[in-house]
Amino acid sequence: MSLPLHVKGSPRALPSTEASFLWRKLSEHRTALWRTASIGLFFLVWEIAGRVPISFAFPTFLETLRAFLTMLFNGAFVAAYAQTLQPLVIGIAISAVVGVGVGIVMGLSRFAEWLVAPVFIVLQAAPMAALIPLITFVYGIGLMAKTLAVIMLALPVIALNGYKAVRNANPSLVAMCVSFQGTRWQRITKIIIPDASPVIFAGLRLGLAAGFIGVILAELLITPTGIGDLITYHRSVADYPEMYAAVVSIILVSTLTLAALEAFELRVLRPEKRRT
Amino acid sequence: MRNITAQATAAATRLAGSDVAVEVRGISKLYSEVEALRAIDLDFPRGKLTTLLGPSGCGKTTLLKIIAGLIPATAGEIRVNGQVVTGPGPERAFVFQDFALMPWATVMRNVAFGLELKGMGRDERQAIAAKYIAEVGLTGFESKYPHELSGGMRQRVGLARAFAVNADVLLLDEPFSAVDEQNRRKFQEDLLSLVEKEKKTFIFVTHSIEEAVYCSDRIVILSRRPGRISQIIEPEIDRSASPDAIRRDQSYLDTVEEIWQGLKRYVD
Amino acid sequence: MKLFGYRVPMMASLIVWCAIWELVGRSGALFLIPPLSDVLVAAVALVQTGTWQAAAITTLNSFLVGMALAILVGVAIGVLMGRSVAADNLLGIWVNIFVSAPLSALVPVLMILFGMGETTVVVTVFLFAVWIIVLDTRAGIQGVPPSLIEMGRSYGASRFALYFRIILLSALPEILAGIRLGVIRGVKGVVIGQLLVSILGYGELFELYSRNFDMENFWALTIILFAAAMLLSGLIESLEKRVDYYAGVR
Repeated sequence: MSLPLHVKGSPRALPSTEASFLWRKLSEHRTALWRTASIGLFFLVWEIAGRVPISFAFPTFLETLRAFLTMLFNGAFVAAYAQTLQPLVIGIAISAVVGVGVGIVMGLSRFAEWLVAPVFIVLQAAPMAALIPLITFVYGIGLMAKTLAVIMLALPVIALNGYKAVRNANPSLVAMCVSFQGTRWQRITKIIIPDASPVIFAGLRLGLAAGFIGVILAELLITPTGIGDLITYHRSVADYPEMYAAVVSIILVSTLTLAALEAFELRVLRPEKRRT
Repeated sequence: MRNITAQATAAATRLAGSDVAVEVRGISKLYSEVEALRAIDLDFPRGKLTTLLGPSGCGKTTLLKIIAGLIPATAGEIRVNGQVVTGPGPERAFVFQDFALMPWATVMRNVAFGLELKGMGRDERQAIAAKYIAEVGLTGFESKYPHELSGGMRQRVGLARAFAVNADVLLLDEPFSAVDEQNRRKFQEDLLSLVEKEKKTFIFVTHSIEEAVYCSDRIVILSRRPGRISQIIEPEIDRSASPDAIRRDQSYLDTVEEIWQGLKRYVD
Repeated sequence: MKLFGYRVPMMASLIVWCAIWELVGRSGALFLIPPLSDVLVAAVALVQTGTWQAAAITTLNSFLVGMALAILVGVAIGVLMGRSVAADNLLGIWVNIFVSAPLSALVPVLMILFGMGETTVVVTVFLFAVWIIVLDTRAGIQGVPPSLIEMGRSYGASRFALYFRIILLSALPEILAGIRLGVIRGVKGVVIGQLLVSILGYGELFELYSRNFDMENFWALTIILFAAAMLLSGLIESLEKRVDYYAGVR
């Protein structure tokens, strides 16, 4: 929005420059405004649907918010997440190390690719959740079983992303490294892995998303602990606002974690996508 | 302009007596069923800029990559400074069509990359890189990333990287094809002064007739697949004239026209 | 992968893994892994039982209804978001949240809202599949070259023709890719839904066999399920390949 030059400085121009200033301020924060509007609208619809009510088991937004804040401050969430995050963190750490390693090896070696990649392709496309009942009676109902549930869901996507990233490393950059007589080791460490790292990292992000699904599933299917326990318990005593608050909290935690990882990825790994 | 037709004087592809930097002997290349190059014999004079020109798919880039040691030939051999080529070597440096810059590295690291691979210390290689960054006119951009540069500037980085390893022979694979027209002209002019200054052997692949005539001491025209040498032309243009004068020079225009008449039959 | 000069197809290595499975099963080292041959025999017997057939039909039914809804709604919302900035801004965050949120946490909520029946499973399938279809459709619509739309306008295409003859067709490669990913997620959804509801179709059988330590039948179920999932995604992939030729040249 540009104003004709001659208006500038004349007293009559004042309100219009002011208006344009406001407009500029507004458009600067346009995404933030849209976001607020979008979130506000969602909550409004929720509140109305809860007040109608569409179901006896559908609390209003405000009831859920109240339950959320109560559980946040009375320590219920803290205790639950201390339990839930344990298998998640351990499982993701193991999946990350093993998955990235296996992925890189599959990307570099034709034989490893032939032997291992199809297994991961099947595991990623297949509903691994079906195997969770199996883990239960082998590893019981403890941390081990839940960690395994996380690994089963997170590992294939991490390994496959690592594999694809390494396999599709920019051939022109690889040729460049070869033309400057880089050794095989230099080629891998200086070109292929840096070139693959954004996709590998994106794989870790997808793996974490899958891990969240896995840990919740484990807590709902194996034994109710942590956040799964909050959901199951409040459901059984018909405390629906508390139950919804627990569900919202896990979606919130996973969304915020994933968003933080994405921001990190943009800042550190992809200088070409960074806005300067 | 000296026009040497290959079929008439096969020996003309070999330079009797004069100093030869790169010798191509009986190079053929087969890609499974497709014959890309057939029995190429060619000498590249030292300190000159030789262009490989031809219709797309004539194998000119393939020949350049064989000389670079990036792809193996099916038959024949390449000698650089008398040594048979078995792979990439320190006496040759390649400039890539798509620049091949590492997006995660600054201009400085990109230019110094060839030296980094050789294990040269950080300060030493950066000093050398800085010199060539200045030479290609990118002083002040050392800490920028490739995505912050225009296409022309990116290729200058690629050129500086090739200069930095101090190779005798520079191999340029259509270096300006991803650069817009105005920048390309300026870049061609700069390249000529760098050729003058660096005293290196340049082998240059292009599909632009004007570019070839403007830049080259010697133009090798390849026929369509299977690639063979159809003509060798040495444009006799007074390089001491200003770039704009050269582009209006009658000899320049005649050479362009002559090559176009020869290549026309390959166009579908 | 080449062996003695012959190209060995990649998926052939699965045969190696099957052989390893058979050996491990024969050795009896792990009671939870019976020999593959026993599992296959069990699978053949299983598919002939009425229990399995009923479970398969229930499962397939929930899956198909959920997927059909997800495709219809997903493509519609994707087109809306691709064409309207306001819709994109209003819905964008939520689609992006739900596409990667742990939706398994929502299933208990669905169970109290929709009861312990097929409806819950259908909604689970829908929720698992719909978001990725929306995102891919939106990307496809936004990738339609403006010149193609202007071409349609300049030749007097009606609004209907513009959408159905140009925009949707041009975005078809992305829409199909979205549907394929949606199908994979939908299969996971139907399994998770049935496991959590646990009195329905496949989920019920999984519960039954794992509780009775009936490993042959458990693995037979799993293999049939995995094979169906792979077959389905392969089917859509081959459909994708048929429009792939213009994905690169638009």
